Amino acid sequence: MNRCFSCARLFAMISKEFVQIRRDPPTFGMMVGIPLIQLLLFGFAINSDPKHLPTAVRDADAGPVGRAVIAAMQASQYFRVSLIPDGEAAVEDAFAHGDAQFVVTVPADFSRRVLRGEHPALLVEADATDPAATANALSALDRLAAAAAARELAGPFAGLKQGEAPFEMRVHRRYNPEGETTFNIVPGLMGVVLTMTMVIMTCLAVTRERERGTMETLLAMPLSPFEVMLGKILPYVAIGYLQVVFIMAAAKLIFAVPMMGSLTLLSAVTVVFISANLAVGYTFSTVAANQLQAVQMGFFFFLPSIMLSGFMFPFRGMPEWAQVIGEALPLTHFLRIVRGILLKGSGWEAIAPDLAAIAAFLFVAGFIAVRRYRMTLD
Amino acid sequence: MTAAIAVTGLTKRFGGRAVVDSIDLSVEEGRIMGFLGPNGSGKTTTIRMLCGLLRVDAGEGTCLGLDIRRDAAAIKRQAGYMTQRFSLYEDMTVAENLDFAARVHGVPDRKARVAEAVERMGLAARRNQLAGHLSGGWKQRLALAASILHKPRLLLLDEPTAGVDPQARRDFWDRIHGFAAEGMTVLVSTHYMDEAERCHAIAYIAYGRLLAHGTVEEVVAGSGLAAAAVRGGGPGLIERVKALPAVETATAFGAVIHVAGGGGAALAADLSAFCAAEGVDWEPEEPTLEDAFIHLMAGSRDNMAEGAA
Ligand SMILES: Nc1ncnc2c1ncn2[C@@H]1O[C@H](COP(=O)(O)OP(=O)(O)O)[C@@H](O)[C@H]1O
Ligand SMILES: [Mg+2]
Repeated sequence: MNRCFSCARLFAMISKEFVQIRRDPPTFGMMVGIPLIQLLLFGFAINSDPKHLPTAVRDADAGPVGRAVIAAMQASQYFRVSLIPDGEAAVEDAFAHGDAQFVVTVPADFSRRVLRGEHPALLVEADATDPAATANALSALDRLAAAAAARELAGPFAGLKQGEAPFEMRVHRRYNPEGETTFNIVPGLMGVVLTMTMVIMTCLAVTRERERGTMETLLAMPLSPFEVMLGKILPYVAIGYLQVVFIMAAAKLIFAVPMMGSLTLLSAVTVVFISANLAVGYTFSTVAANQLQAVQMGFFFFLPSIMLSGFMFPFRGMPEWAQVIGEALPLTHFLRIVRGILLKGSGWEAIAPDLAAIAAFLFVAGFIAVRRYRMTLD
Repeated sequence: MTAAIAVTGLTKRFGGRAVVDSIDLSVEEGRIMGFLGPNGSGKTTTIRMLCGLLRVDAGEGTCLGLDIRRDAAAIKRQAGYMTQRFSLYEDMTVAENLDFAARVHGVPDRKARVAEAVERMGLAARRNQLAGHLSGGWKQRLALAASILHKPRLLLLDEPTAGVDPQARRDFWDRIHGFAAEGMTVLVSTHYMDEAERCHAIAYIAYGRLLAHGTVEEVVAGSGLAAAAVRGGGPGLIERVKALPAVETATAFGAVIHVAGGGGAALAADLSAFCAAEGVDWEPEEPTLEDAFIHLMAGSRDNMAEGAA
């Protein structure tokens, strides 16, 4: 039997952990409950279809086509239209105060140019800080503006309806130029759920043994720190992986998130990411004096993860210092990888740098954890 | 005979205070050594240092021929340790706890050995009960079973019978003698005098210092005490006996007062005069281990007080 590492001892640890997880229904409930609740909250919150969005209209044209479009917007449930005076200052004002989610500008001579068949542009500016809020309204606007114009062009100008649209809708997204869509959130949620549950679960691992007094038995046994760590981490890799399968199924079946890239690749990356989070939690548990402290440390890690990783706010929109912190968090890299694989179909080479960052994080955290684990009670 | 435990100058400090202060201890192989001392005297701390659970601040020695500082991992493989406080997993069943211990120790033919241990300890009916739901006596049996599964050569038992009923204690000690007969060395801490008398040798510590070491007879003889039984007499007699200069302790056992005190002729002289005056009988008795411990305790307390002054 090897002195420092034996599979038999590791399996003993793992099966012991599984027995204990099974005997602890609240914890088990948390592992199933957190992904479920988050998925429903975030998933349906983003899926909800916000109506009556404040919309400011600058009508520099005052012609029939422009008015028809405005009337159609008003009639639809999506927009609550108010007219504002012409001029950039008024637009800036409306956005800055949050008075308007959209500013629609009907340029001068719009109607005349439509009738002449010149395809003028109707300018739509959107406050896209919350892309989920604007996406549906924008696509509705596209449809209803075309329909309104078509009605207006009936009769003598019917010929114009043929072929291309009578005017162009030029959408300009402010604050969030990437125009991230709802699809970004469900894959991101996977990373958030994993960070939360994995760190919290393992940060209790060692403190619980210490608080219940079982550490003395564990230390009196011929187990190496490495075996204890792996034994405590591996069961949760399996559980985390189940969570992933669950979220991915929901993403596909409920939210119809596209899955462009390789799911095998995603699975492999996910295991590394789960392990990194577990290692962080385990490190906390070797440092914390009691379970409460460990959970507090867990939250201390979780908060920046959710705020600065690009899940909550667009990463490029954050100040420099926040980006630096964000780069050091595994969730940041995982979000890029998941979005890359699912939405853009990224392959191995494209995600390699981010994967390397997560792996480095895993290595450092694991190293600290094994070093911190004390073989004695003092 | 070789020594299973041989340590010298063993010292442990917590926050600058020497909780175990330069203890020399040796236990021969196959022997049962009783480890006695008042609460907080450093018994648990000493045992923990012996099996590598606490770092040794000073001193050196061997357990089973292995260096206690360097070979803690090897000692853990060959020693069994039963903690003072129950420290198995309360959310696992009896069988699961034993199975875990057996797997970690790489016990060959594990299933059979666990089944055998369950049978031997009379745990069969409770094998699927959660350890946390067992009563004190059963927890103690389970803990003992877990600590001997891997057939250790050295068994360290820390107050294994605290809070256990007399019948269970007797069974427990029969088992321990069984282990010793198989060649296992046992170090067992206890507060019970009757248990101490069932040990091959005893060590007594107080305030972290080793005060006596040897067989029961040696320890009693070493105390230099004399003892006597005083019979008859009315209420208040015991207070007056205690007031005699040569008397250290006087304890009532029903109508008989057991007296221990200054050796040589001092106690006899004091008692003769006193009993004649009171009109009661007295006769010499063998001093007990308890007399010796109380004497040692009192002496060390005086030493501590002098040291502090
Ligand atoms: N981890 C520790 N930190 C500080 N003091 C301790 C620690 N463990 C034990 N002590 C102190 O050391 C002394 C001896 O304790 P212990 O060895 O448990 O005594 P015993 O087992 O003989 O009752 C006690 O005063 C106790 O408070
Ligand atoms: Mg103790």
